[in-house]
Amino acid sequence: MARQLEGSRAVAETVARCRPEVVCAYPISPQTHIIERLSTLVGAGQLAPCEFLNVESEFAAMSVCIGASAAGARSYTATSSQGLLFMIEAVYNASGLGLPIVMTVANRAIGAPINIWNDHSDAMAVRDAGWVQLFAETNQEAADLHVQAFRLAEQLSLPVMVNMDGFVLTHAFEEVDVPAQEAVDSFLPRYEPRQVLDPAAPVSIGAMVGPEAFSEVRYLAHVKQLQALDAIEEIASEFASAFGRRSGGLVSSYRSEDARTVVVALGSVLGTIKDTVDELRASGQRVGVVGIGAFRPFPAAAVRHALERAERVVVVEKALAPGAGGILAHDLSTALSGLPLDVHCVIAGLGGRAITKASLLELLGDADAGQLESLRFLDLDRSLVQGELARMAAVRRSGPTAENVLRDAGVVAARLS
Amino acid sequence: MGYRAVRFYQTGSFAVGNRLVGSEDRSVQSATRRNNSLSSGHRACQGCGEALGARYVLDAAMEATAGQMVAVNATGCLEVFSTPYPETSWRVPWLHSLFGNAPAVATGVAAAFKAKGRTDVRVVGQAGDGGTVDIGFGCLSGMFERNDDVLFVCYDNEAYMNTGVQRSSATPPAARTATTEAIGDALGNAFGQGKNLPLLAVAHEIPYVATATISELHDLEYKVHRAMTMRGARYLHVFVPCPLGWGSATHDTVRLARLAKETGLFPVFEAEHGEITGVAKIRRRLPVEDYLRLQGRYRHLFEPVARPDVVARIQQLADRNIRRFGLLDGDAENDGHGGACSSPDAARTGEPAP
Repeated sequence: MARQLEGSRAVAETVARCRPEVVCAYPISPQTHIIERLSTLVGAGQLAPCEFLNVESEFAAMSVCIGASAAGARSYTATSSQGLLFMIEAVYNASGLGLPIVMTVANRAIGAPINIWNDHSDAMAVRDAGWVQLFAETNQEAADLHVQAFRLAEQLSLPVMVNMDGFVLTHAFEEVDVPAQEAVDSFLPRYEPRQVLDPAAPVSIGAMVGPEAFSEVRYLAHVKQLQALDAIEEIASEFASAFGRRSGGLVSSYRSEDARTVVVALGSVLGTIKDTVDELRASGQRVGVVGIGAFRPFPAAAVRHALERAERVVVVEKALAPGAGGILAHDLSTALSGLPLDVHCVIAGLGGRAITKASLLELLGDADAGQLESLRFLDLDRSLVQGELARMAAVRRSGPTAENVLRDAGVVAARLS
Repeated sequence: MGYRAVRFYQTGSFAVGNRLVGSEDRSVQSATRRNNSLSSGHRACQGCGEALGARYVLDAAMEATAGQMVAVNATGCLEVFSTPYPETSWRVPWLHSLFGNAPAVATGVAAAFKAKGRTDVRVVGQAGDGGTVDIGFGCLSGMFERNDDVLFVCYDNEAYMNTGVQRSSATPPAARTATTEAIGDALGNAFGQGKNLPLLAVAHEIPYVATATISELHDLEYKVHRAMTMRGARYLHVFVPCPLGWGSATHDTVRLARLAKETGLFPVFEAEHGEITGVAKIRRRLPVEDYLRLQGRYRHLFEPVARPDVVARIQQLADRNIRRFGLLDGDAENDGHGGACSSPDAARTGEPAP
C-alpha cells in the first residue's frame, strides 16, 4: 500500500522487511534517518532477531558487518560521503572476502571544502572497490533496490551498495509502496553462505595470498561482477513479476529510440532530465534519456545497445575527477568506442547545486547547435573562478581558496544555482 | 580455586613441573586433549614468543568453551606466519580482515551468533601491539565501551615486528628499533612516551582485564579461563618476547618474559570492572640490567660507552611499577587471583591511592 513517506524511512522499513540480523550504525548526514528508524524498529521488537550496534566510526561499522557476515548473518549498514571514505579499507576488504553485505550510501559531496549536500563523489571514490553499485532514481526505486540488493548480494557472495541521492531522495516525502513482508519473504530466501565461521567445521578466512594466486583471486572477483550483469537483470525481471512494478535493472531508456541526442545520468536527476526531454520533444526535438541503474558492474553492452543509434551523447554527472574530467563519461566512451557519435561530459550538481530545467534546456540547445564542448561545467560562475585565479597570480600568500571564493560570492549557503 | 594452589618450582627456573602436580592442576598445554589451535608447521621465527602465546591462549580458550569458539585476527606476524596461502595452521574457525579493525570484526562475529541464538559460541580477537595499541585502538576502545562479548588478546612484543621492527606506542624507552635508532644523541626510543593499554582497558571499567607472560603458563591459562567464564568485553595483554626484533637469543624467549616480570618492568595483574583485584608478586627481585643485557635493542646502553644513567632511568620505571602495583611480597596481602584486596595501592603502607 502506497503511503507518503520520507525516503529514508521507506528505505529503513524496506531493509527491516529484508530481516537483517546485524545492523551497524554510525551517524553521518544525510543517511542518519535510515539508521535512526532501524534503531527504533529493533528497539520496538518489530525487527527481530536483529542486533543493532552503535559503533565508534564508519570503519568499525563496516568491520562489524564483515565479522557478522562471515559468521553467516545478513548484515547491513548505511553511510555517506566522508563516512564512506573513512571505511574505505574495510569496503575493499568486504568485497575481497566475498561477503554479501548491503549498504545504503546517501550520496554526498566529499571535502575539503566540507559540504553536506548531494553529489556522487563518494560513490565514485569507491567505484573500483569491488562492490556492485546500484543507483536509485526515485524513493520507490530506492526501497525496491534494497530487496533486490540482498538477493543479488547473497546469490553472488558479493557486497552491494545502493546509492540514493542525499537530501534529494533521503529527505524527500513522496508516495512509496513499501514492499510487503510476505512478498519480501518469498522473494528473498534465507541466507545460505558459501563460507562461514562455524565451530563445527572450522575454516580459515582471510589468508595471505602471494603472486602465485593473487591474479586468479582478483580475476574471480571480476568474473563475479560479470555474473552480476546477468543477475541484476534477472532479479529486476523477477521483482517486476512479484511486485508488479519495474525497479532496478542495468539501464533504463526514456524516449530514446529515435533520439539524435541522448542524455545519460545516474540517480534522481533523471527525473528533471525527463521533464526537460518532454518539453523538448513537445517542440519536435529528437531527444531522449538513458539512465544507468548499475554503475558497477559497468553495463557496457547494455549501454552500447541503448545508445548505438544516437548521434550525440550528453553525460550529466555529479562527480569530477580533477585533472581528468568525467568518470561516468570516461566509462561510457570506452563502451561506445568505434561508434560514430560524440560523447560530451557535463559536470553538474556538485555539492548540492541544483540542476535546473532551465540550465538543461540551455545545455541541450547548445548540443543541438553543435556548440557543446567535450567537457563542460554546468552553471559555473566564471567570475568567482577568475577572481581567485587573479588573486593567486597577484600575491603569494593569497590565503585559503574556499574562504576567498565564499567572500567573493557574498552569500553563505544560500546560492543554489 | 586459582592456579596458586601450585607451589612447586623447579630449581633455578621457576617453571611449574607438571609431573609434580595432580592432574587437575596440570596445564591445558600439557594435556594430550589440547586442541593444538595453532598447529605446528607455521612460519614463525625460531623462538617466537607470539606463537607460544597464541597457542597457549587459544588452546586454553578452546578448553574453556568446549570448542565453541571463533578467532578473529588482525594483520601482523601472527596472521602472516600462520596462513601462507593455501596453508593454514589454525584448527579453529579463523577470520582475518584488516590491521586496524580486529576488535570490531570480533564484535560483528559475536553479534551474528547472538542474533542466531548461539550464545554458546564465544569470540576471541587477537592482535600484536601495533594492531592493539596503535592502529586498532579506536575499534578496541569502542568494543570495550559497548561491553561487547569479546575476549581481545594483545600479544605485545613492543614494536612492529612484521614490517621490520619499527617503533609502536608499546615500545619501551631506550629500545632501539628501525625508527628509533641509537644514533647521534638519541639513545633509542624516547622516555616519557607510549601508552599503557592494560590500564587504559581498566579505565573502560570492562568486566575483566589481565596481563600475563608466556613464562608462566599456569597463570596465563588461568586468566584465559577466568575471562571465558565472564560475558562482555574482556582484555588480556600477553608479554611475548621477539628474538628478531629484540636481538635476543632464541633460547632466551621464555627467560626474557620471566625477567620482565621479575624485574618489575612488566607488571602482571588482574582487574575486574575497573578495580585491580590481584597482582602476581615478584618471586625474586632482579635488577633491570639482567633483562636489558640479553637484548641487542639495548646494547647501546652498555657499549661502546656504558650508560648507567639510562639504565638507572629504566630501573626507576621498574621501581615505579613495583610501588604502583605492590609487586613485592611485603607490599600487600593479596598474592593470588581474586583475592580480598581490591587495589594494591590501597594496601600499601601510609600512602593514599592515586
